[in-house]
Amino acid sequence: MDMQVSFLDRLFDAGLLIETGVDGLYGRSGQFEDVIAAFERLIDKVGGDDGAEAMRFPPGMNRAFFETSGYMKSFPQLAGTVHSFCGNELDHMSLLKCMEVGEEDWTKDQEATDIVLTPAACYPLYPTVARRGSLPAGGALFDLQSYCFRHEPSKDPARQQLFRMREYVCMGTESHVTDFRQLWMDRGVEMMKSLGLEVEIDIANDPFFGRAGKMLVNNQRDQNLKFELLIPITSVAKPTACMSFNYHQDSFGLKWGLNLEDGSVAHTACVGFGLERIALALFHTHGLDVKEWPGSVRATLWG
Amino acid sequence: MNETIRELLTRVGGLPVAVTELEDGADLYAAGLSSFASVQLMLGLEEAFDIEFPDSLLNRKSFASIAAIEQTVSHILKAREAA
Repeated sequence: MDMQVSFLDRLFDAGLLIETGVDGLYGRSGQFEDVIAAFERLIDKVGGDDGAEAMRFPPGMNRAFFETSGYMKSFPQLAGTVHSFCGNELDHMSLLKCMEVGEEDWTKDQEATDIVLTPAACYPLYPTVARRGSLPAGGALFDLQSYCFRHEPSKDPARQQLFRMREYVCMGTESHVTDFRQLWMDRGVEMMKSLGLEVEIDIANDPFFGRAGKMLVNNQRDQNLKFELLIPITSVAKPTACMSFNYHQDSFGLKWGLNLEDGSVAHTACVGFGLERIALALFHTHGLDVKEWPGSVRATLWG
Repeated sequence: MNETIRELLTRVGGLPVAVTELEDGADLYAAGLSSFASVQLMLGLEEAFDIEFPDSLLNRKSFASIAAIEQTVSHILKAREAA
């Protein structure tokens, strides 16, 4: 924990992250954003010729789609819903009074809106693609990026509550999407090496909730459904996942009715880059002053 | 026990086929048992037999077939008797 706090303090002191008073909710400096922009250009350079269709969604999604996704079955502890004041003038008066007195929780009468904070960049994609009808026989590839929300306050700068995820999502046959996942595991390792980052790839699991979640964790690991690319940021013993490589089998295909032209259910896989984590890995490895970073790293990012 | 397992499977398994038509050794995942349904099955078994699955048995293998479930539950019951 000390190492996490001291790295976070150093990031604040250097002005790279800006404190807001809430753990895991930070502003970013221009310099920090420049590193992320440069890394995203590197992603474009590596994956740009694959012909992915780019889509950008805001960091909120349709609550109905969120409900269908089943996110609350697996990760209720991480979800964030958007609530608003929907009362009349009288309600407004009691709200203000409640806020003024400060004894009661003024948010208790806020009502759920149709918007839920996006938990992963690809969540709004599946229903969008499903609406279009059958997927071409050769499958489809999408490029997404969004701020994502996960309710997990922490002093670890690599565990933020609002962070950006860049993703490629592949839909097609089993072999098509698992080849895509393998291709990006290889590419990911090469990309991080070209940035002078120490990486390893390991089998992983999502943070499923509760005891029942243990079973989902075991299932996921037994079937090699998730891999992560790990880089030391606040701990060498427990390096941080900076990329993840997920094979969903046909679960999203079945859930959203994603079919290929021949009528078979589409398999899907996604590859995600944790953009803040990658920037933090660079700052941690090469120092807080980008001008001091090795020439080869600077050339890869800004050359 | 076999009957209780089949009843639970009918109630929470969400299988597209009739549970009565499944052999004891039939692969439940191939029959359409989802990860989430297997979790509900696990919770249902815990309640029905008043047992608690140890973490080591919370995996796909334990729920792969009706026979496998019987074996897993018997194993937990025996371990409890021995304790």
